[in-house]
Amino acid sequence: MYAQMVRSTGKGITPREEMSAQERAFQDRVDRDDRIEPRDWMPEGYRKTLIRQIGQHAHSEIVGQLPEGNWITRAPTLERKTILLAKVQDEAGHGLYLYAAAETPGVSRDEMTEDLLSGRMKYSSIFNYPTLTWADMGAVGWLVDGAAIMNQVPLQRTSYGPYARAMVRICKEESFHQRQGYDIMMKMAQGSPEQRRMAQDALDRFWYPSLMMFGPSDAESVHSAQSMAWKIKINTNDELRQKFVDQTVPQAEYLGLTVPDEHLTWNEERGHYDFSQPDWNEFFDVLKGNGPCNTDRLAARRKAWDEGAWVREGLLAHARKKAARHTAAE
Amino acid sequence: MAERSRDTDQDALLQFLLRMGDSTLILGHRVSEWCGHAPVLEEDIALANTALDLIGQTQLWLEYAAEVQGEGKSADDLAFLRDVWDFRNLLLVELPNGDFGRTMMRQFLFDARASILLPRLMQSADTQVAEIAEKAAKEAAYHLERSAGTVVGLGDGTAESHDRMQAALDYLYPYVGEMFVSDATDAALTAAGVAPDPASLRGEYDALIERVLTEATLELPENRFARTGGRDGRMHTEHLGHLLCSMQWLQRAYPGNRW
Repeated sequence: MYAQMVRSTGKGITPREEMSAQERAFQDRVDRDDRIEPRDWMPEGYRKTLIRQIGQHAHSEIVGQLPEGNWITRAPTLERKTILLAKVQDEAGHGLYLYAAAETPGVSRDEMTEDLLSGRMKYSSIFNYPTLTWADMGAVGWLVDGAAIMNQVPLQRTSYGPYARAMVRICKEESFHQRQGYDIMMKMAQGSPEQRRMAQDALDRFWYPSLMMFGPSDAESVHSAQSMAWKIKINTNDELRQKFVDQTVPQAEYLGLTVPDEHLTWNEERGHYDFSQPDWNEFFDVLKGNGPCNTDRLAARRKAWDEGAWVREGLLAHARKKAARHTAAE
Repeated sequence: MAERSRDTDQDALLQFLLRMGDSTLILGHRVSEWCGHAPVLEEDIALANTALDLIGQTQLWLEYAAEVQGEGKSADDLAFLRDVWDFRNLLLVELPNGDFGRTMMRQFLFDARASILLPRLMQSADTQVAEIAEKAAKEAAYHLERSAGTVVGLGDGTAESHDRMQAALDYLYPYVGEMFVSDATDAALTAAGVAPDPASLRGEYDALIERVLTEATLELPENRFARTGGRDGRMHTEHLGHLLCSMQWLQRAYPGNRW
């Protein structure tokens, strides 16, 4: 999940009898699973929540290029290098669709970028963890993209048309990403003792941060309740986290790796795994900027943006000159 | 099954394939260093695309090189287990990226030559070379369109972007000549009809880059001195060793592992 703790109106759901006629008509459309399009009327809270959520998602794709980009130049074979490069390129592409989707309710990509760089807008906590060995490329694909898919598949049915359509394209690519991650883990888990050690170490380090991706329990959250009523959010964080654990544990067993949770057990009665919660204090620390890589990730994005200013200005100046010459020639 | 020209000196063919494959490998690697760091999202995507094409071409050239070498090695063995002195890439491609302008100028200078060389190689007497060239030529054509467009856009942009592009051209131009220096290996390949004489491509190349650079309001340096030593492995720059340190690290640290 690339959007965490997205604030909504903060007021909870407006009771139907307190809604204006316009709001009631809007909610009826959402309830009927109609798609809301950019030119349609929408409550201001819906519009703002959308921008926050889609923007956070877009930023996560862009910052998310960095931990994997960290290994492109060290990929161990030509094939692995091309697959990883293609994957990180896909993430940039996802960022592009999502920025385009977020622009439709009325905020420009440049404004969102400024908000990311100033820290006003967030990105997923997961990308503040380092990638230390090649096995981390496997773990990121398997666990991080796996968790992202859990959230994004239902979002293909989200009420906002441009977001839902972006999700359809993104989900197709994410499942390829997850498979390539698992494929790396297979090679490592079946490889030399050093490779198996890297694989287990990667699982140990990425397990709990992956569980954090879904965000803390939102059973009591007024923000989540409103987002779910608007169908911007489809499932609760706990539902998705449970689904992720249920899917992932057998995959870890197949790899011969140990999930780093001594309380992990199959609960016959519930038909689900019981598992330990991640350290939520660590999660809030990471959100506040105290994760292992927050400073470096934002610094890398700022450097790209600042050092690229002359390029953006140069290309714009050229486009203006060309347009002027074209006009003069007419 | 591709028919290989029987008359070709096998060693000359191997050297040629390494020259092609090492240049695309090293340039692909350099371009891939931009992934996640480009000035605009669209450029990030486009650079990754270029790197992907170049590494894809590398796989074809080096697989064929390994086959010609006949020592049971793979393209990966050639890429990841040779040291600097065995690399046969142009010096141009091993130079550090510098700023975005220098990266795009280097790409343009390389693409311009690829867009002329590869269509000629499609006529190669060696059908396998011709097939690889056919695939690569399509990619080179759109790489050139993009890199030339960017050189024009930034050359004829702001005063700052113009000056940066001129500085990039001044820095890179001494490495252009190596693309057109012919040696005994080239002579053997030309005689066998495998590849054109590099010197014979210069006129067309000069015309192409002069046209683009004029549109970009940039000036070609007068000094035509050519730095050489990459294509024959005689003297690489200091930069290649550092590049290989990261590129080859996993294969060197964990020999024989499968990834």
